Parts: sequence; structure tokens; C-alpha cells
Amino acid sequence: MHSYDFALLLAFFAIVLLPAPWLGRFYYKVMEGQRTWLSPALGPLERGCYRLAGVQAEQEHNWKQYALALLTFNLAGFVLLFAVLMLQGYLPLNPQRLPGQDWSLALNTAVSFVTNTNWQAYSGEASLSYLSQMLGLTVQNFVSAATGLAVLVALCRGIARRSATTVGNFWVDLTRATLYGLLPLCLLLALLLVWQGVPQTFADYAHAVTLQGADQTIPLGPAASQIAIKQLGTNGGGFFGVNSAHPFENPTAWSNLFELASIILIPVALVFTFGHYVKDLRQSRAILACMLALFLIGGATALCAEYQPNPALISEQVQQSAPMEGKESRFGTTGSVLWTITTTAASNGSVNAMHDSLNPLTGMVAMLNMMVGEVIFGGVGAGLYGMLLFVLIAVFLAGLMIGRTPEYLGKKLQAREVQLLVATLLVMPLGVLVLGALAASLPGPAGAVSNPGAHGFSQLLYAYTSGTANNGSAFAGFGANTVYHNVMIALAMLIGRLGYILPVLALAGSLAAKNRAPQGQNSFPTHGPLFTGLLLVIILLMGGLTFLPSLALGPIAEQLSLGF
Amino acid sequence: MTTYLRPALSLVVLMTVITGALYPLAVTAVAQVAFPTQANGSLVHDEHGQVRGSALIAQPFTGDGWFHPRPSAAAYATVASGASNLAPSNPALAERVKADAGTLYRAELGPVPQALLTTSASGLDPHLSPQALAYQIPRVAAARKLPVERLQGLIEEATLQPLIGPPVVNVLALNQALEQLTRCADHRNCEG
Repeated sequence: MHSYDFALLLAFFAIVLLPAPWLGRFYYKVMEGQRTWLSPALGPLERGCYRLAGVQAEQEHNWKQYALALLTFNLAGFVLLFAVLMLQGYLPLNPQRLPGQDWSLALNTAVSFVTNTNWQAYSGEASLSYLSQMLGLTVQNFVSAATGLAVLVALCRGIARRSATTVGNFWVDLTRATLYGLLPLCLLLALLLVWQGVPQTFADYAHAVTLQGADQTIPLGPAASQIAIKQLGTNGGGFFGVNSAHPFENPTAWSNLFELASIILIPVALVFTFGHYVKDLRQSRAILACMLALFLIGGATALCAEYQPNPALISEQVQQSAPMEGKESRFGTTGSVLWTITTTAASNGSVNAMHDSLNPLTGMVAMLNMMVGEVIFGGVGAGLYGMLLFVLIAVFLAGLMIGRTPEYLGKKLQAREVQLLVATLLVMPLGVLVLGALAASLPGPAGAVSNPGAHGFSQLLYAYTSGTANNGSAFAGFGANTVYHNVMIALAMLIGRLGYILPVLALAGSLAAKNRAPQGQNSFPTHGPLFTGLLLVIILLMGGLTFLPSLALGPIAEQLSLGF
Repeated sequence: MTTYLRPALSLVVLMTVITGALYPLAVTAVAQVAFPTQANGSLVHDEHGQVRGSALIAQPFTGDGWFHPRPSAAAYATVASGASNLAPSNPALAERVKADAGTLYRAELGPVPQALLTTSASGLDPHLSPQALAYQIPRVAAARKLPVERLQGLIEEATLQPLIGPPVVNVLALNQALEQLTRCADHRNCEG
């Protein structure tokens, strides 16, 4: 590693961690309707939305009403996006006259963007019109992230409130998250990206005659605005096929840093938002420490793995250095690996290097990040509510060990809560192991792999992991655009999204209804290093061990076969 | 049900207007005024106003007289961009890399840099490391009948060293400078 590699790491952590306490407080104030410096500008717009939509901002929902509102909104968004994708051939803003997507691909794409996954079985510049990218995908990029944030604050309220029946108003949470939480940051990032070279135009693709006289088509479009939200909203769906590896999507080392930091900027800040809800920032620091530790363990492992030369390429004519297949010169090894770890930790799923060509153990860390349920920072809102589930499980297990009724911040965890927690633990195994095993055992679907041997299995495993974890990155050689995989990965994405959201909302409702027991000397403290360590071990045990056998068949077998 | 349907449908429409139309339009308006070159694809024009490419998109240079960019798995296709997605364990990768190394290898220069043997992630990587360009100097110098030191100087001038990323050279810009240099050498009428 060179000095610029360390400078990148330093700059990344500084951008992500330093503003987090301030930004976290900002999100708390926004979601609770308090005045912020943006209120004069956005307040009228917010109130206008409520008036037009017939929303009573003061009227709160119980958890069932909240869930029903969420489902109705997401269903409506799905129907609109599905229609736009299938009918884009008849719609305006389509300078390349691209036809509509076939039904299974449109279904897959629509589910993918509504669930904040952004799995892409298509290549943007070759198959989507400007209208589909803007009115279709960009909108879902915003509201799917806002949905995650809404669910998180509902859970925060559930933990913080006493003997309450309501957890908030979904319409209000969604609107505030979009207008205050996402739009201003996106405007800023989009302009930074254009400055670095990302196109933002409605003009037709450009035609060039190269220096050697060949014809070259240069794809353009309103890219910067969409890339900003796909990074900040932990969506990850690229404007161009190769995502943030494309020089138009990520033109320089600086744009790489901005996009990288944007992936976890909001998820890190939200950890502090939680602290403000429960009026105890020590809880935030304990959770953040656990996330950071997991991030650093994975990051260090992946960096070590990726700097190893590939033994298969040993020859006196070939320079023995860190592999460059599927990487871009301007990012180098550190810039690529840091992205791989961040994007899989945070359920973003954008890529700036091809994960398929990474060394086996680097690819394994990426998969493991997703398999633990996207709780290492995770998606906007989704990461922290996933982490809070693990916190509650840790509290429950600690309670069993010391023989007391488990309680978290004064809320007793009883049979109903534990049932809901266990239900969420089954989501990842169901999507990854059950659906993955099904695909692997059917000759047709298993034929989608493009690499021989153990790596072929890794491709399939990665696809179903990515779908269920709502990540969206891929071992992209996998031929996912078949009716079977389009439908089944869509199913995995739905299981992964709703399998968490519904139990989390139910949990929010049941915790809100409880009174807060006074915290005495007998309470298990959930803010010290002891708890952070317990949490870390439980995440690795529950999340990691379940998948170890499947990883042994994929990346570990590949690593051994290569003779590293 | 209508208690949910009206806000759901209205908010879908409102968010579509705000985030799907107003937001990209606002970014476009500011970008086109503040950074017009970048916003329109960093296009490179010649003296006749003809578009010769984009500074950010690799061109498939062939022949001995040009510096070649990273290999491209998609043959430098711009629609759609693509990568090889070859696993490190895929025999096809080792075969290709070793075959290409056999063609490019020059004993006096040592082993071939990986950047010249591996395909980029986008297939359109516009950059190359100074080291991988230096490996091409003897070939280009011989074809263009230019002194090696002149080409070394050209690469040094064109090297970008960002604080947080590896040093890179834009291959299209380098080849444009090379063309300029050759023209000057032929006509002896250039300044400086």
C-alpha cells in the first residue's frame, strides 16, 4: 500500500464519522417535526404535500395502520414502475427508441427498486430510456430509502415511548425523510459529481470519430442526479451497466471518495439518531463501535486477500502484483476493495470493480457482510433496524445467561417479542439457503453460472444472498436475466424486505405498548465494551455460522484450489 | 381502504414530480451553467469542431504508433459497457493473460505490467499507470521515429497524481499530445 492508499482510508473515515453526531441529531429533529435550518425552504413544500394528499400530519398510526400504509404506498409505487418499464417504448424522453422490458425483467427490476435492492439484470445505457431512469428508478431510489428510514424511526419510537398505542404517521415520516433527509444531500453530491465529470444532460447520445477514424457512440443522460441518490439512498442501481466502474459514473479518484463516503454517510448518522430517540447517546456509541469493529475486521481481511498476486498467473513474463482484472486504473486495489467492503456492508450494491474477478477471500468477505443481514451500517434505516434486532437478541441471551427477565432500556422482552425476533433470524437462511439450493439443484437455473468449478457455485450463492439481503451487487458473469431467476430473485428480495419490515413494525407496536421499568442495579448495561463484544460475537455466530458450509463449497474451495 | 389509497396514490405522484422531475431538472440547470463541459460528457473536439471522443472514454488504439489503453473485454463497446467477469480460478483468464504476455514481453523491459494484460471493469478505462505506458515507449518510439526521452517527458507531463489515488495518465490525451509532437517534428513549424 502507498501513501495515497492511507490518505484515502483516512479521508473516507473522516468524511463518514466526523459529521455523524451532527447529522444524526438533524435526522432526529427532522423526523420529529422540529424546526431545522431547512424548514423555511422545505416547510411549505412539505405542508403542500400533506394538503394535496389529504394527510392529517398530527394523526398517528398504530403499527398495523403504519404497516398497511407502507404496503399500500409500496404497492402503488411498484405498479407505476412496472408499467413504466414495460411501456417505455410508447413513452416520451426515449431518444434511443428503446423498447419496453419483457414482463419477467420488468417485474424483477420493479421489485428490485421498490425494495431498495437495485439488483439489475439489465444494462442501463442499452435498455432504459431517460424517462424510465428518472421518473421510474430515481423516484423509487428516494422513496425506498425513505421507507427504510420511516420503519427505523417507528422502531425507535416503539423503544422510547411508554404505554403508547401509536408509532408515528407513515405518510409524514416518508415525506420528511425524502424532502429533508435525502433531497438536499443529493443536490450537493450530484453537483460535486458533475464537477468531477459525470454527465447531466437530456441530449441524445453523442457521436464521435476517434483519433484513428472509427465511429464511437458516447452514451449520455441525466446521470449525476441518479447516481447521487443511488449512493446516498443505499440503492446502488447504476445509470450505466457497469455501475460506478464506468468512467462516466465515477470519473476520478475524488468522485470515488465522494461516492464511497456517501454509501454509509446516512447509515452512520442514524446510529446517533437512535441515541436521541432513547435519550442515551451511550447506546449509539456501543452500537457504532460494534459496526466499526465488524467493518474493520472485514476490511482488513479483504485488503490482505486482494493484495495477493493470483497464483494462476505465475509466469516470468507476467508482473506479479495485486490482480487488476476487472478493476479500473484510477481506483487501484485499495480504492476498489474499500468500495467492495462498504457497498456490501451497507446494502448499497453499487460496484466500482467487478466482484466476480476478485480474489476468492475478498469475494467471501463481501458475501459474509451481506449474510449477517446487512447490519454493518446497512441500508438507510434498514441497517440500524436490523442491528437493533441483534441488540435485542443479545439482550435476550444475556438475560438467559444471568437468569433475569431480559429488558432493553427498561422495556421487558417477553414471548411475543422473542417470537418476532426469531422470525427475522430465519429470513436470510430462507432466501439464501432454500432458494439458493433450489436454483443450484435445477439444471436450467444452475446453467446461469459463467465460471467453472467452485466459483460457479459462488456466483449463484452471491446472487441469492444479494437479493435476499437487498444489496443488489453481483458476481456479474451470472446470467440472471432468465424468467426463473428474474422471478425467484424478485421473491428473494421481497422476503428479505418484508420479512424484516413487518416483524420490526410489530415489535415497535408491542414495545411501545409496554411501560418503562426503572433501570436498577440489576439491569444488564447495554452500553459498555462488554455488551459491544457480546453483540459482535452473536452477530458472527448467528449470521456467520449459518452460512459457513455454503461458503466452504464456494470461495473457500476456490481459494484452496488456487493454492494461495 | 380509501383512507390508505388516496394518500398512497397522491404521494406516489407528488414524489414522482419532486424527485423524478424537479430534482433532475434542477441539477441539470445548475450543472449546465456551472460545469457545461463535464455535464455534456467531457467531449473532445478537433479544430474543425468535430467530436473526436470523450476525455473519459477509452478509444481502441491499435498499431505500433500509438499508446494502447487497458484491454477491454467488450471490445471497447460503449453501448453496453461490460467486463470479462472471469474468476481468478477460471483457466480462460490464465490462458489469455499468458498468451498476451507472450506477445508483449520484451526481455530488456522485464515482465509485462498487469495493467496491459488484464481487462478493466468498465471495458472503457481511459487511464493507464505511467509504468504500463513506459513499457510501450520502445514500440511507439520506433514507429514514430521519436527519441525515447521525448516520450518519457510526454508521459511525465501527462501524469496525474491525486492525493488519494494511484498515479494515472489519460491515454487519449497522451495520444493527442503524441500526434501534436509528431506533426511538429514533421513540419518543424511549431512553437515551443
